[in-house]
Amino acid sequence: MARVDATPTVMPTSSGQQAPVVELQTIWKTYGLGRKNDSVRVDALRGVSLSVGQGEYTAIVGPSGSGKSTLMHIIGCLDTPTSGTYLINGEDASDLSEQDLAEIRNIRIGFVFQQFNLLASLNAWRNVELPLSYAGVPASKRRTRAMEALEKVGLTDRASHKPGEMSGGQQQRVAVARALVNNPSLILADEPTGNLDSVSTKDMLNLFGSLSAEGRTIILITHDSDVAATAHRVVQVRDGMITSDTVNQPDGGMSFEVPLSSSVGRERRSGGNQDPGGDAVPGGVRSAGAEVRP
Amino acid sequence: MNFAQILRTSWSAIATHRLRSALTIIGIFIGIAAVSLTIGLGQGAQRMISDEITSLGSNLLIVTPGSSTSTSGVRGGMGSATTLTIDDATALTSSTVAPDISGVAPIMSSSQTLTTSSTNWTSTAYGTTASWLPVRSRTVQAGRFFTDADVTNCATVVVLGPTTAQELYGQANMAVGQSLTMGTAQYTVIGVLTSAGSSSLGDEDDIVVMPYSTMSQRISGGVTRLSMIYISATSQASLTAAYQEATAALLTRHGVSSSSADFSITSLQSVLDVASSITGTLTLALAALAGISLVVGGIGVMNIMLVSVTERIREIGLRKALGATPGVIRLQFLIEAAILAVIGGILGIGLGYLAGWLISQAISITVTISWSACLLALGVSALVGIVAGVYPASRAAKMAPIDALRSE
Ligand SMILES: Nc1ncnc2c1ncn2[C@@H]1O[C@H](COP(=O)(O)OP(=O)(O)OP(=O)(O)O)[C@@H](O)[C@H]1O
Ligand SMILES: [Mg+2]
Repeated sequence: MARVDATPTVMPTSSGQQAPVVELQTIWKTYGLGRKNDSVRVDALRGVSLSVGQGEYTAIVGPSGSGKSTLMHIIGCLDTPTSGTYLINGEDASDLSEQDLAEIRNIRIGFVFQQFNLLASLNAWRNVELPLSYAGVPASKRRTRAMEALEKVGLTDRASHKPGEMSGGQQQRVAVARALVNNPSLILADEPTGNLDSVSTKDMLNLFGSLSAEGRTIILITHDSDVAATAHRVVQVRDGMITSDTVNQPDGGMSFEVPLSSSVGRERRSGGNQDPGGDAVPGGVRSAGAEVRP
Repeated sequence: MNFAQILRTSWSAIATHRLRSALTIIGIFIGIAAVSLTIGLGQGAQRMISDEITSLGSNLLIVTPGSSTSTSGVRGGMGSATTLTIDDATALTSSTVAPDISGVAPIMSSSQTLTTSSTNWTSTAYGTTASWLPVRSRTVQAGRFFTDADVTNCATVVVLGPTTAQELYGQANMAVGQSLTMGTAQYTVIGVLTSAGSSSLGDEDDIVVMPYSTMSQRISGGVTRLSMIYISATSQASLTAAYQEATAALLTRHGVSSSSADFSITSLQSVLDVASSITGTLTLALAALAGISLVVGGIGVMNIMLVSVTERIREIGLRKALGATPGVIRLQFLIEAAILAVIGGILGIGLGYLAGWLISQAISITVTISWSACLLALGVSALVGIVAGVYPASRAAKMAPIDALRSE
């Protein structure tokens, strides 16, 4: 079904080991800094540290407004953190030029937006081929590849429809097809099943499952515990912080939490207890393990 | 992304947003049409004047009897006084008295009815010398002009203007050798003049030219009454010198001082200079109007470009998110603006030419639409369009993709 592309790009570190695909170190994101009125300032991310390895399939869960999308945008090089370091394949994103970033967004990352962000003036396959044109793929090949991507999400019959002529779920699937068209090694999806019925959701999860089996790294945001359960790992975000980080057992049995030491800001939490679920976690947030258990 | 792809992207953006593109194009093309037409009108008027100067001879001086500064209060009208004589004219031909004068043509004039066997026609008859032809920078298209010998012999010969010949004989080249009756005498047509159109001196094509001696003898009953003397200076540069020489010579001959001069000398050039400076001012005023329309058009183009780019900042953010570099985005918007400017410019120049042609058909004013005016208009509106289109686009291209995507 899905195309198997060349092995996804991996940057080896100097030690010869594979660097994590995504490594966030104490990321803060504050909105409304430029404004005079202090009340509009929002700390959307408050010291997030997270490391995602090659081929991992991670779900990010958390209540609305907890900062999931903000986090995803930073991982996708679409936004820059207010403070903290983001290493993508071991490279500091803040050191990368506009050209490098454009190439990373184009080839290495496939991003599915929560609001789809399709161009209203272009039909489905024209929307899907956009990343290919920026990759310099010749026009003759673009249409074929766009149609292949639409086939993966089951939308071949809507290829010539404009976004305004499609349902929310169909638009969402076009957005997914666009994210996959360049065979990215890192797939970032912000609620890719939010508008889908249970059958389409299942198809979509199968698609993500096979992409993961191909060795691609997947991070998806979801409110749906069934969706989260298909992931290998579930990261819970609350109030801009990671409150739990759980690995699902493949056989659907027990899941266990990974220590939060890496996901809690070190500098800003000096002297804090790094025991998972301990007092150091502000707001007395519960472990998310129970919520995502299948 | 190669250039052809960016070009296609730009073109499809123009094609999908038809109304917006059309408005931008209209803004540019109205501006350009207005500018090229107003400048064209002014330049056309100036061209007409310079054509007239060349057709009249730019080094022409006209001596008329009677003074415009007469102290007696009696203003001598053209040809009404008898102060100018053939001897005056002859004196001016002397190269010692007036070295800067190359030709002198005394003029007697009289309105005459010309009769042939089949028709008659009323025209103005001029009695002059053989110098008339070079002095007035005229040529003959058929036959010949009369000679000094014809003047001496009081030959009954005439040279017709093309209109006169046409009216009398149907065709200019049919006239030569024919005879016609004027007053009591019969004359032989020996030549037909080349057309000179009409000028500030009247219709130059409906005239009869003959030796002054013949006119004096046969028409005015032995009296030689000059209505004017044409003088041509050796060159345009010596016009002032010729003017002074003629004034001095005539004052001496008439024994009067310059304050009580009984003649006046006009330079055609000076008349035309005034006219030319008037149209120059007119052109300037028109150009100022054109400039204003250019500014207004430019602001229109700027507005629509700014609005259309602002409206598309989200699109820019998305394209960046999908892998477009700022350079590619800048180029896309640059090409879009340039395509709109070129289409608007071509339509505008076309409309300018069309309107110019219609105007010159409707009223007899020449409209000269120059390429420099078109290029100026095109350059300004293209520049405005491109700056207004590319500057906000390139600023948006520098934003983080998500900020551009979230912009209102
Ligand atoms: N551009 C912005 N300016 C100011 N505040 C913002 C901006 N974007 C997000 N926020 C705030 O940051 C916080 C996190 O927003 P974010 O979109 O990351 O939430 P989320 O977890 O994705 O929520 P949801 O599940 O509803 O999509 C919210 O409180 C939101 O109000
Ligand atoms: Mg969100």
